[in-house]
Amino acid sequence: MVYKIDPEIDRHYIEEFRQKPIGAHSPGLQRLLNLMRHDPSGRQVVLICRRPFEEWVLGMMPADRREPIAVEENLVFTDIEEAEWEVFRRRWRLLTGESINRPLRD
Amino acid sequence: MLKIVGYPDRYSVAPGEDIAFKISLEEGEQFEARLVRVVNGDCNPAGPGLKFPHVPTKIDGTHAGKPQRIDAGSYMIADGVPAISAHPFTFLAFVWPTLPTRGEQVIAAKWDAATNAGISVGIGDEGRLSLTVGDGAGGTETVRVDHPMLERQWYQLAVTFDPASGAVTLDQRPLAAYAVIRDHGQFRGRVRLSVPAVKSPFYLAGRPEADGTVGHHFDGKIDGPMLLTGLRSHADHDALLAGVAPRDLRTAVIAHWDFSREIESVRAIDVGPFGRHGRLMQMPARGMKGHNWTGEEHAWPRKPEHYGAVHFHHDDIYDAQWETSVTLTIPEDLKSGAYALHARAGDSDETATRETYIPFFVRPPRDKAKRGKRPSVVVLAPTMSYLSYCNHAEHITARGAERQMGRLLTFGHADLYMYDHPELGGSQYDTHADGSGVCYSSRLRPNLNFSPRYHSWLGGPGSALYQYNADTHLFDWLDHKGVDYDLITDEDLHEEGYDLLADYRVVITGTHPEYHSTAMWDGMKAWIDRGGRLMYMGGNGWYWRIGFHKTEPGVIEVRRAEDGIRTWAAEPGEYYQSFNGEFGGLWRRIGRAPNVMAGVGFIAQGFDISTYYRRAPDADNPRAAFIFKDVPDEIIGDFGLVGGGAAGIELDCITPNLGGPPNMLRLASSDGHSGMMMLVNEEFGVVPPNLGGDQNERVHADLAFGETPSGGAIFATSSIAWCGSLLHNDYDNNVSRITWNVLERFLDETPFA
Repeated sequence: MVYKIDPEIDRHYIEEFRQKPIGAHSPGLQRLLNLMRHDPSGRQVVLICRRPFEEWVLGMMPADRREPIAVEENLVFTDIEEAEWEVFRRRWRLLTGESINRPLRD
Repeated sequence: MLKIVGYPDRYSVAPGEDIAFKISLEEGEQFEARLVRVVNGDCNPAGPGLKFPHVPTKIDGTHAGKPQRIDAGSYMIADGVPAISAHPFTFLAFVWPTLPTRGEQVIAAKWDAATNAGISVGIGDEGRLSLTVGDGAGGTETVRVDHPMLERQWYQLAVTFDPASGAVTLDQRPLAAYAVIRDHGQFRGRVRLSVPAVKSPFYLAGRPEADGTVGHHFDGKIDGPMLLTGLRSHADHDALLAGVAPRDLRTAVIAHWDFSREIESVRAIDVGPFGRHGRLMQMPARGMKGHNWTGEEHAWPRKPEHYGAVHFHHDDIYDAQWETSVTLTIPEDLKSGAYALHARAGDSDETATRETYIPFFVRPPRDKAKRGKRPSVVVLAPTMSYLSYCNHAEHITARGAERQMGRLLTFGHADLYMYDHPELGGSQYDTHADGSGVCYSSRLRPNLNFSPRYHSWLGGPGSALYQYNADTHLFDWLDHKGVDYDLITDEDLHEEGYDLLADYRVVITGTHPEYHSTAMWDGMKAWIDRGGRLMYMGGNGWYWRIGFHKTEPGVIEVRRAEDGIRTWAAEPGEYYQSFNGEFGGLWRRIGRAPNVMAGVGFIAQGFDISTYYRRAPDADNPRAAFIFKDVPDEIIGDFGLVGGGAAGIELDCITPNLGGPPNMLRLASSDGHSGMMMLVNEEFGVVPPNLGGDQNERVHADLAFGETPSGGAIFATSSIAWCGSLLHNDYDNNVSRITWNVLERFLDETPFA
């Protein structure tokens, strides 16, 4: 049976991810991320580079390739880890109903 | 989004030869072109930056351009088939549809696109066999059977038409029966329209369209197609295939294409008396199991009569057939190395890239007499690995890649263009739209990820480079160190074998030399066995066997057989390469593990972060003293542009009993890998619970060295990320020093051992 994310148990992984969005994670955070990174709808969040090493925006790739990628033009990231954090927060909210109101960096 | 794309007509060119570039413009009518040398294609501000020195030539300047399109989709075309609609006729075949619900698809047609006249047999309306007739006066009429076909099931088709009465019979008979399922489709009736005699060629798996393309492609296998005069039945089909047809049936054959003949070619042999041979266009898959495959034989060369099917795909592509936009004659004195055509059609911005670098390589002169004195070093550009990964689109077509990468998938303008243009064709890591694996890859089309400045979704955090652009780190290092070298490509090695390597003392590979034909493998091994010094600068080398087509240039085949890291798997019974009859798959499963060639072999892959090597006891072995000159460090390569370290992406190690030389020294081993760096599946039989590098002691790269009995030697970095560390700290670091120490000694003619 696939593990179901439990905010009471998994909440402490939020800080671990915030400290290091990309890199080696604890087994518990890795399990959380493996679950969060699966979208049963077939859609896929992607990072669209507008200027190499300078600017990125998020895009939503549809399940059907014949449909266009929806681009979030108004939210521009200048740091890839900021984008990772934003996607993590959205997914956490979707799966737990809770909002994470902390920035990536204090 | 890309506003200019293109491809060269070859990846390797010699001085004095021409290379033609085919360019498509999305905007405007002209572009600026110039030749550049490719030194560094990585614009990461943490590295030295882009380096494309201009090489003035006659092509400098403005050239005319226009949009050029790709007409993807495979089909058969045969000339000389008479106007079948003049008399009663029958079309018989077996089909195995793979996307029966995709819409109207043509199985067979004799159709005039200009007037919409002729006969077209197809499937449509959720996969029901149909006959469409066109009267050439604007009228078309379609009749269908009453039940749809199932996906990936064999059906025997019989289509008869009597033009005098308009009588039509359609019969779609399943070879397998299932309870409750109703897929035996039939139709008995008439069409009202009269069909004029059509002189156009006969088509299978597509038909001509009014815009000059071929469309309405069929996805799936066709086996045993034949045209007969008169009104015939399945029993007649069976009798003809079995060779027991009576004379009156044999003499009714208009054409009978037997796809089990000349499987290695693109010819479709008509075994009937008229020899109305067809040609297979855009490279549909051959050597495919037919309707009668039993499993008693898995090698098509030994029982071709079981391999009479061709698998057509609406997204097959062999040759984009673009017009040449500019041709460069390589100057006789141009140094061998990596080059690109820089084509520019305007300024780039956040939403559009209006310039492109189309890479190619200048090799030494083909005529040995014209070569003069050559350098001792030759770089082997892994162009067949670049080609296997051509338009690698798992980030588009698959799901789960983000999990695998451990981070969001990054799309640059090239990836967005790839998303919008599936007609570019996929890599050998992708599947066709029908789910079958892409087993052929051609360079006669744009290869968007074989380009300087391309940052890959799987290239590791940091520069995010993989394959070609990662190799530009090596080019930059060689340039900075002032190394005099020639450059050859995989295709050159395939064509010329050992003789091409014979005069070089040192071969330096790219970061990921994964794909090798038998001729390439044999040529390299012969050179090593005769005293060559191999610097294997990457990981996952000598992994998959490929085949080259015998008559069609620029296309390779791989069969993802039975083991290895596979994004798709070949069907059982389809492990033999259609291009040459060889058993395909991993070289390791063929009995030539990578270790036999390089002393190390594939052990793990992981794309989240790269790590470092820790010095091992063999580093202090006097045999290795030259390697560690001025390198007292315990930790090696804890820096780099590809994932942040020298050990990452894909790793090799020394593994006993895989045929590697027993005298390899383990100089250093990588450490600190995350759980996302995982053991590869050919390394276990039972799935272990500790796949990741944080729990599995086998998950590591071995920096390795060993002498050969002929005075040569092998040095293996065993990591794709190694070259990403060469440029750190203005090229002054322990990865760079180790690499230089090895090269310096390898250039010394004093024999090893």
